[in-house]
Amino acid sequence: MAEETGLLPQRSLGGEVPGGGDRRQGLAFVVPALVLITVFLILPALWTLYLGLTDYRLTGVQAAHPKVVGTSNYTHALGDKEFRDALGRTLLFVLGSAIIGQNILGFVLAWTLRSARRWVRTLVETLVLLAWILPGVVVAWLWIAFLKDQGGTLNTILHTPGHDWWFDHPMGSLIVFNVWRGTAFSMMLFAAALSSVPPSQLESARLAGAGSRQQLRDVVIPSIRGHILTNTLLISLWTFNDFTPYLITKGEPHGASAVLPVYIYLTALPGERLGFASAISLIMLVINLLLALAYIRILRRRA
Amino acid sequence: MSPVELLRRIGFYVFVAVVTAFFALPMLWLVTAPFTRNPSLSVSWPDFTLGNFKHLTDDPNALPSLYNSAVLSLWTMLITVAAAALAAYALSRVRVPGRDGILYLLLLLSSVITGTAAMVPIFQLMFKLHLLDKDLGVILVMTGGLLPAAIFILKDFMDSMPKSYEESARVFGANSFQVLGHVVLPNVRPGLATIAVWAVVNVWGNFLMPFLLYRTPEKQPAAVTLNNFYTEGGQPNLALISTFSLLYSIPVVIMFLFVSRRYGFRFHGGIKA
Repeated sequence: MAEETGLLPQRSLGGEVPGGGDRRQGLAFVVPALVLITVFLILPALWTLYLGLTDYRLTGVQAAHPKVVGTSNYTHALGDKEFRDALGRTLLFVLGSAIIGQNILGFVLAWTLRSARRWVRTLVETLVLLAWILPGVVVAWLWIAFLKDQGGTLNTILHTPGHDWWFDHPMGSLIVFNVWRGTAFSMMLFAAALSSVPPSQLESARLAGAGSRQQLRDVVIPSIRGHILTNTLLISLWTFNDFTPYLITKGEPHGASAVLPVYIYLTALPGERLGFASAISLIMLVINLLLALAYIRILRRRA
Repeated sequence: MSPVELLRRIGFYVFVAVVTAFFALPMLWLVTAPFTRNPSLSVSWPDFTLGNFKHLTDDPNALPSLYNSAVLSLWTMLITVAAAALAAYALSRVRVPGRDGILYLLLLLSSVITGTAAMVPIFQLMFKLHLLDKDLGVILVMTGGLLPAAIFILKDFMDSMPKSYEESARVFGANSFQVLGHVVLPNVRPGLATIAVWAVVNVWGNFLMPFLLYRTPEKQPAAVTLNNFYTEGGQPNLALISTFSLLYSIPVVIMFLFVSRRYGFRFHGGIKA
């Protein structure tokens, strides 16, 4: 974002030494990074394309001599009930926890804490950020403990001993968990966005008799619309690719909490169907690509 | 104070209390269980015992796995910072046609090709390269994923650095490596620190890659070991799990405090620090 401003003075200063020697040296400087990115980032993605066309398995005849089976993995995946269920659960997870949950809670926090006292603000922000920075494996255990049927903190507070949240409402629990886990990013992004709303506009709205709800609707929301879109796309992308649900539920009970990343893992390694899992991976990559392209279009339009 | 104002005040404090409880309650277990004798998954007033830490030091894999995590994080960080600094410097100073396009494309790819979406081919690739169950495999995969964003951030820092510094060094006959080492890098230290911390936190917390790529328990980093503590009865050993979770989380919190104190928060194209 600050990128564009940085480029101009550099060009006008004209410090770039012309000549082939510098260009060649520049190339040499770029090579290590480029090789690492090509081999360990781009190559796996291309390999998915190929693997998805084969009947590759972890063991057996297909492991030594995978056969090209064309697009049958893809047609099979799209018609497969388990896959479609996993995709549906993932969309629910993204919609509920990111697009609705993190977005709204993040905005409300940024908006209300703006005028709060310093210690209140520090306290709430610290807790929200802490939930975001703790390692995924640790927060998984925290939430297993929090929602535990026997003696879990939530059941103690609600006086509902023995209620097994992870078993009875796996997706609902995952959604609440992910709101807890990820709201910090939205809160910080919206806090930054709100501080860029010109105070004079808010002031004139207030003088014209607008209440805080009207100020929100007519002044604040329109001027941070770009940020809302940016935020929504980024948190959707991250939530869509989140592997933490595996750490909490392993997809249990009976796959009822298997979002797409968990489903891919279970199909590929314990299930040993690498070709089929690759086909699903590619579908996932395509969805990621669409989200990222939408994000870039918004950035372009704003620049 | 008018009644409306008063109601709004009360509403605000109720909201703050509910949010605070929602975010704080799940974390209580992390501060009580490690200091409780034979902890369960419930939160209870701790006995303030340090016995669990003693048990942890007796476990053959616990402390070594923290060391493994540190080794993985530091190597990944070093390679990422070195390769990113070289590339960012070249891209910032030498005019290559389509440079910004390439940079955006790499950034796009690194956010699209996530570990979860690419776990199958990554596993395959490591198998073919004989890098399964080796530190180098995990380090290289993590580096490849972190590099595009690292280059992007560093180039941003280098673009905003005045060229005259380098020119005067060149006048005195410094070559490109000397200019980079003595002039450019000291000037972009905040950028280097940001990337270094960001890389360490990412590797330290990553579960999927080591889970996928290691076979031998002794080589596994803390993220994987945390799920391997069982009692003799086959139940999760909560004394070790809670205590280890606390030890494993502390470095992340410290690094986070360091960065936010020292450099404040900055948004770099939405990178999760």
